[in-house]
Amino acid sequence: MMNAAVKGKVTDVEELKQITKNIRVNILHMLTQAGSGHTGGSLSAADISVAIYFSKMSFDPKNPSWEDRDRFIMSKGHAAPLVYSIMAEAGYFPKETIDTLRDIESPLQGHPCCKKLPGIEVSTGSLGQGLSVANGMALGLRLNNNPARVFCIMGDGEIQEGQIWEAAMTAAHYKIDNLCAVVDNNELQIDGPVEEVMGIQPVHDKWEAFGWHTISIDGHDMEEILRALNEAENTNGKPTVIIANTTKGKGVSFFENKVEYHGAAPTHEEFEKAVEEINND
Amino acid sequence: MIDTEKKPKATRNAYGEALLDLGKKRPDIVVLDADLSGSTKTAVFAKEFPDRFFNMGIAEQDMVGTAAGLALTGKVPFASTFAVFETGRAWDQIRLTVCYSNTNVKLVATHSGITVGEDGASHQALEDITLMRALPNMTVIVPADATETVSVINAVADYKGPVYVRLGRAKVPYVMPDDYQFELGKAFVFNTGKDVNIIAAGIMVGIALEAAEILSKDGIDTGVINMSTIKPLDEATLLSVAESSKLIVTAEEHSVIGGLGGAVCEFLSENCPVPVKRIGTHDTFGCSGKPADLLKLHGMTVENIVKTVRKALNK
Repeated sequence: MMNAAVKGKVTDVEELKQITKNIRVNILHMLTQAGSGHTGGSLSAADISVAIYFSKMSFDPKNPSWEDRDRFIMSKGHAAPLVYSIMAEAGYFPKETIDTLRDIESPLQGHPCCKKLPGIEVSTGSLGQGLSVANGMALGLRLNNNPARVFCIMGDGEIQEGQIWEAAMTAAHYKIDNLCAVVDNNELQIDGPVEEVMGIQPVHDKWEAFGWHTISIDGHDMEEILRALNEAENTNGKPTVIIANTTKGKGVSFFENKVEYHGAAPTHEEFEKAVEEINND
Repeated sequence: MIDTEKKPKATRNAYGEALLDLGKKRPDIVVLDADLSGSTKTAVFAKEFPDRFFNMGIAEQDMVGTAAGLALTGKVPFASTFAVFETGRAWDQIRLTVCYSNTNVKLVATHSGITVGEDGASHQALEDITLMRALPNMTVIVPADATETVSVINAVADYKGPVYVRLGRAKVPYVMPDDYQFELGKAFVFNTGKDVNIIAAGIMVGIALEAAEILSKDGIDTGVINMSTIKPLDEATLLSVAESSKLIVTAEEHSVIGGLGGAVCEFLSENCPVPVKRIGTHDTFGCSGKPADLLKLHGMTVENIVKTVRKALNK
């Protein structure tokens, strides 16, 4: 197993891409085992989440409450399989645990629960709340003179929640620059295309208008992702948001851009085919 | 007993002073408000400790989430606004990021109940105890006066976990002894009665004490208990007074649905079914008016407690 802890950050693009493939396979594995869960949004946010965890964050899977750790909040809590897959890869818990996703009393609850799984910073699942918590953590770290940073991943549908914009104002008002937010802009939500359900465009301009340093990228291009994360780290005096333009269900042709795979798990047959596609990519 | 020497004081004012003292002693205390710091009295802390005060603007949901985040970095956040906005506007945020995540957040709301007065129903929280009490991990405290408020604020700063403290706008008389020390989950028994015991909280404690004096003069042995911790309920005290009297009366400046009255009935119906009468609002909103007139309108008065007891005991 790779050592993802404090010492060994991964900066090699090819290695990160390989880790992302493993993460995608494990996401689909656990969803298939569980028989339910959110496929599309777990796959779309995989590349940037992997890049954040393995190339940027300092953490210690053996000491999840280590004070100086960087913090990661999956505000779109339904992408829990993605977080669990990364945490298993990083060594927070044995890989076999992913087979218990959504089981009664499993630490891998349907949506992340910080009281059941050390390493989850705060429970999420009810949308729109992670950014506020991320702000609070970033402010707390600043008061503590702790240089650790906070990352927060939101969905594009999620930013329809009003609280996101309250938090967007807060981060800019308090010049929270130890925070990097991400909008996983996959353009689909449960009821259909985001622009049909409740239009949010122009997303980039909105964040900019709210006082954020805003970077729009191809959310599946690892080199672009790394550049954006570096830029975020080097931006002072204001918060940074990365608009990651992504494809829902990314990596598996028959899941891509399919709204019905927002909240559906693969069948065993689909799983076999999907793994083949991911590995041959 | 009601202290007629000391001038009545609003619990929110006592809160402001307690926060300031706490801030001097404890660098981990941080305070958040949603544009009502002048009214909630967190402005007193803000003035002295601007770096540890966060005005969140008119955004209660964000305030609660931010407080949770601060708590997760070891801070002890006190987040304040009016009770109706704190508990109603941000209920799901409290549920997910405070209670389910079990973060060390202190929600201290002011302007609870009907005595908000002239601002009317939109600003009168009569359901907040119910909303907070339903949440696992939440502790709910309603101090009776300024003395108790100071003690409560210090106690909850030491306690680890989510707490809701319900304070008021209006001045209330001092009712607790000068040397009183609040103990979480422990009711304060002024005295017990063989005929009736009044279980009260908040501003109703003083009103219950006055009612008890009248009833006792009439030969009705009346006890008064300040049930300032509504959750967890002091079941032992409640059980002992219920077992040794004929009637329990609850008195709160809140809806009887799910409030103190609801909590007492839930417990007693399973453990010691005795007759219970509940003073509070009964499935209705408030309205504009002077606090005293509103209390009268909703039967939260000495006279109505006396009448209720006499009727229930046929005396």
